[in-house]
Amino acid sequence: MSTKSKTKKNKDEGKRDFLVVSTYAMAGIGAASFAWPLIDQMNPAADTLALASTEIDLSSLEEGQAITVKWRGKPVFVRHRTAEEIKNAQEASIDDMRDPEKDSDRVTNEKYIVLVGVCTHLGCVPLGQKSGDVKGQYGGWFCPCHGSHYDHSGRIRKGPAPTNLAVPSYEFLSDTLIKIG
Amino acid sequence: MSKAKFKNPVVKWIDHRLPIFSFMDHELNHYPTPKNLNYFWNFGSLAGIALVTMIITGIVLSMNYTAHVDYAFDSVERIMRDVNHGWLIRYIHMNGASFFFIVVYIHIFRGLYYGSYKAPRELLWILGVLILLLMMATAFMGYVLPWGQMSFWGATVITNLFSAIPLVGESIVTWLWGGFSVDNSTLNRFFSLHFVLPFVIVGVVILHLVALHRFGSNNPIGIDVKGTQDTLPFNPYYTIKDLFGLGVFLTIFAAAVFFFPNFMGHPDNYIEANPMVTPAHIVPEWYFLPFYAILRAIPDKLGGVLFMFGSIAVLFVIPWLDRSSVRSSQFRPIFKIFFWILLADCVLLGYLGAMPAEGIYVILSRIATAYYFFHFLILFPLLPYIEKTKPLPISISEPVLSGSSPASAFAFREKK
Ligand code: HEM
Ligand code: FES
Repeated sequence: MSTKSKTKKNKDEGKRDFLVVSTYAMAGIGAASFAWPLIDQMNPAADTLALASTEIDLSSLEEGQAITVKWRGKPVFVRHRTAEEIKNAQEASIDDMRDPEKDSDRVTNEKYIVLVGVCTHLGCVPLGQKSGDVKGQYGGWFCPCHGSHYDHSGRIRKGPAPTNLAVPSYEFLSDTLIKIG
Repeated sequence: MSKAKFKNPVVKWIDHRLPIFSFMDHELNHYPTPKNLNYFWNFGSLAGIALVTMIITGIVLSMNYTAHVDYAFDSVERIMRDVNHGWLIRYIHMNGASFFFIVVYIHIFRGLYYGSYKAPRELLWILGVLILLLMMATAFMGYVLPWGQMSFWGATVITNLFSAIPLVGESIVTWLWGGFSVDNSTLNRFFSLHFVLPFVIVGVVILHLVALHRFGSNNPIGIDVKGTQDTLPFNPYYTIKDLFGLGVFLTIFAAAVFFFPNFMGHPDNYIEANPMVTPAHIVPEWYFLPFYAILRAIPDKLGGVLFMFGSIAVLFVIPWLDRSSVRSSQFRPIFKIFFWILLADCVLLGYLGAMPAEGIYVILSRIATAYYFFHFLILFPLLPYIEKTKPLPISISEPVLSGSSPASAFAFREKK
């Protein structure tokens, strides 16, 4: 008799625990699903995402010159490389680079290097686009913020930046017209 | 609560229903305070006044400020030139942030010197560190609002710190920005948060005060209050002392606002933000420089970020790192020397944070960073095993009344 009532009680307790746990679980799921929209609203909005492509006309860009255009609020560098710069970029040994990548994997047309002009360290815009700029020890770009040196392929060669300058996704619409994004 | 002390019938009527007057009488009037507090104990109330000043001037600035990338810079220039007294209000807010940090840093070093973080005041200390963190977030976002070159590039560099986090770093940065770079969405959310965080600070300050009033203030000799002979009622003794300190503070503050309003700022922030051009030399506001120096001292991106946040995180746990039961440095001869070394180290880090990250500056930054962590992580726990502390006086009133040094107070006890 006594054992019987005890098991009965245990059974009730178990039922109650189940109800408590499932109530907490439902409340938790409810709170999380309400929190998500509040958090996700901070991610890029549809119109911000829609502004995501830019066209660049390269016909007036002479060898040795560079231009900077704005894409998604950031600078994009296009440099028309000289034969020597191309040679440098292709012949550099990638073995001891921090972020080893062949030059041929970073260009579509080897004459034009297209890069996101944002230092991969903490986001400054490296120097090297204008003719008078400091270009760093490897002749490409130099970030003055904390001293990162990039080569003619935009690869990190010296300084605190962890990776090469990013190559945006782009395509050649014609020989001298590219679309970024 | 002792009753019937209010003569005014209206006050009496209200207090019976809502004991707000009894509460203030108890916490601000009779509140027993150690009688030996020195002027370093002024900085808590000064910090409170600085916070209120920031909130009042901030609300007024918001009435004239436009949080949009195309208008923000011009709206601040309009505040400076066209809005009635706008220049004054903005200069108070701008310099107020600097003075707020000066006051809070002194307040923190006071705590470190006199061991105010030790039991039973651990939570009081932790709430204080939390306030420091919130202040830093608030000041960082506030500095972005005028949308000058330093605003923009400071925001870029600091938000990019999060990209050091493995795997999710980039997504976090995009989420913080609400886009692919610091832009209008970023400015808007920073304004929203800059507006609200100070009120969160007010909430934490209230908790800080509740924790303070639980055991009352620590004091320069760091021993517990033994009875009423060791204390004075807060009012009028400390109200007047705090007010005198406030007068001195306001004099210096006013001198800065009226005569050197841009001394602590950076001229590049009077150039409108340009996402295409980074200024040659980016420096944060002076109150972030020591942390910036730590960031740059570490040659690895993630490592730098971890050490920088670690330098604040370590402050949360020092009540448990310092294993000595003696609070005040006055009785800890070796600790006292190291306290001054720590202070010098922090000033040095501040200087190095303003210098370019190259050559000797990098080496010095590394040494100074190493010392900072050595101080808290190694010296704090180990020192009590080596250090012979000086004998403590029996009570607060004794050395005060006899006008003698603590050592002779101890001798007095020995004789007895
Ligand atoms: C913890 C308290 C606060 C701190 C440390 C702080 C800090 C700052 C800083 C450093 C700036 C940049 C000043 C400049 O260079 O022009 C700023 C700007 C601003 N703050 Fe605050 N602030 C605080 C509270 C508030 C509050 C409560 C509000 C509004 C309710 C506010 C509204 C503004 C506005 C509108 C600006 C832009 C105008 C300007 O740049 O002068 N602030 N704040
Ligand atoms: S941001 Fe370029 S080196 Fe730090």
